[in-house]
Amino acid sequence: MTGPAMTEGLSVTARLAARDVALSLTVPPGATVAVTGHNGAGKSTLFAVLAGLLVPDTGRCTLAGSVLFDLDDSGRGSWVPPHERGIALMAQEPLLFPHLSVLDNVAFAPRSRGTGRARSRAAARHWLAEVGAEQLADRRPAQLSGGQAQRVAIARALAAEPQLLLLDEPFSALDTAARPLLRELLVRVLEGRTALVISHDPGDAAALAEHVVVLENGRVAGPG
Amino acid sequence: MTRRRPRGFSTVPGWVWIPAALGALVVVLPVLGMLARVDRDGFLGLITSESSRTALWLSLRTATVSTALCVLLGTPMALVLARARLPGARLLRSLALLPLVLPPVVGGIALLHTFGRYGLVGRYLELAGISIAFTTVAVVLAQTFVALPFLVVSLEGALRSAAAGYEEVAATLGARPTTVLRRVTLPLVLPGLASGAVLSFARCLGEFGATLTFAGSLQGTTRTLPLEIYLLRETDPDAAVALSLVLVVVAVLVVGLSAPVRRTVGRR
Repeated sequence: MTGPAMTEGLSVTARLAARDVALSLTVPPGATVAVTGHNGAGKSTLFAVLAGLLVPDTGRCTLAGSVLFDLDDSGRGSWVPPHERGIALMAQEPLLFPHLSVLDNVAFAPRSRGTGRARSRAAARHWLAEVGAEQLADRRPAQLSGGQAQRVAIARALAAEPQLLLLDEPFSALDTAARPLLRELLVRVLEGRTALVISHDPGDAAALAEHVVVLENGRVAGPG
Repeated sequence: MTRRRPRGFSTVPGWVWIPAALGALVVVLPVLGMLARVDRDGFLGLITSESSRTALWLSLRTATVSTALCVLLGTPMALVLARARLPGARLLRSLALLPLVLPPVVGGIALLHTFGRYGLVGRYLELAGISIAFTTVAVVLAQTFVALPFLVVSLEGALRSAAAGYEEVAATLGARPTTVLRRVTLPLVLPGLASGAVLSFARCLGEFGATLTFAGSLQGTTRTLPLEIYLLRETDPDAAVALSLVLVVVAVLVVGLSAPVRRTVGRR
């Protein structure tokens, strides 16, 4: 998290008529913002637009000084595909690739950037150690508990060294016993990172984020 | 009343077993009928005649090449049908699956009027000195034509049930579309691809109508095992039955050998 690129954080405005969504949001560099709101308020749409999985009708988005999309009223303009955005998305489910070992799951992002196998695996070990999961390296995802899988998913997202981290209800798939540990871990790794976290739990939101944004009917209803 | 162990809950009503058994009989009985008719003493001699060996070898060779073509062409087709957002996707799928509902003879006629000497494409190929009809290439083309939908259908099903979520995660981790395909999508649908390839191979092996119409029945060049069997049926019924049994055994081997492979691939 160094360099002049990080001075600008995230700034997005996006409109999607089909989903009745018109959002405007900024995240200061290095800050974590929690996003709350009822089901259907537009949280997942916001994440999909940011990650590049959904193209808005119109809008503009910049991250760390570079333009991710800039679409005029007719929907024409520039649009950067997901793999070039530097935005890692952690879905509600860990979605670890079932055919790869834990180590190769975490090494996936470095490998995709063109780093060699050995160096990618070394990086993967570093990030696994960062989340306290190095002993799981040789397991298959099917052999992990929900909490372990979520830890590995965090390591995999961090290994992408993203400019922005999107966490969609990181605790939803966990039983209550596993939550405090993961919350502690997230507080640690989110320190100094630009991130958005969807959470229904005010306690989680307060622990992880400096700011809270409430979405309502596809609009930002204000800070919570 | 005798006491017996309860069978436990089943969502299959008891009476369903009767039509299910009848259906199984429809499939199994004819094979048994054929087995009963096999001339056991002359069996080896019948299946090792030169024309039989030539036909079997030709069948295996062409079916292998055709299956490879089905995989090479059908995988991209299934990807487009399952993933791409196209306006005419439904129409496109119906067209791609056309050979599935077309009588093979009709397929053969269509191929003949396309790649034959005076066909739509064939007349230009002819000018370039290439003639396809009534060659081994025509056999491969006919088999690929009829078997391609089998691969497309089973792979498209696998692609639809394999959660697209994995591909999205891979993309946000910085993998370009080709990397996602190579490292995530294809490994996840490998079982579906394998079973599609097996189905295609079996269909290629059994191809008759399109081959006869488009490729003819020239020994060593286009006379595959099904054509040989049909020809022998008139002159040497014993040999026809013996060769039919060979075809059954080959088919059972292909399906049987691939089943455990598919399971282990799926578990990986």
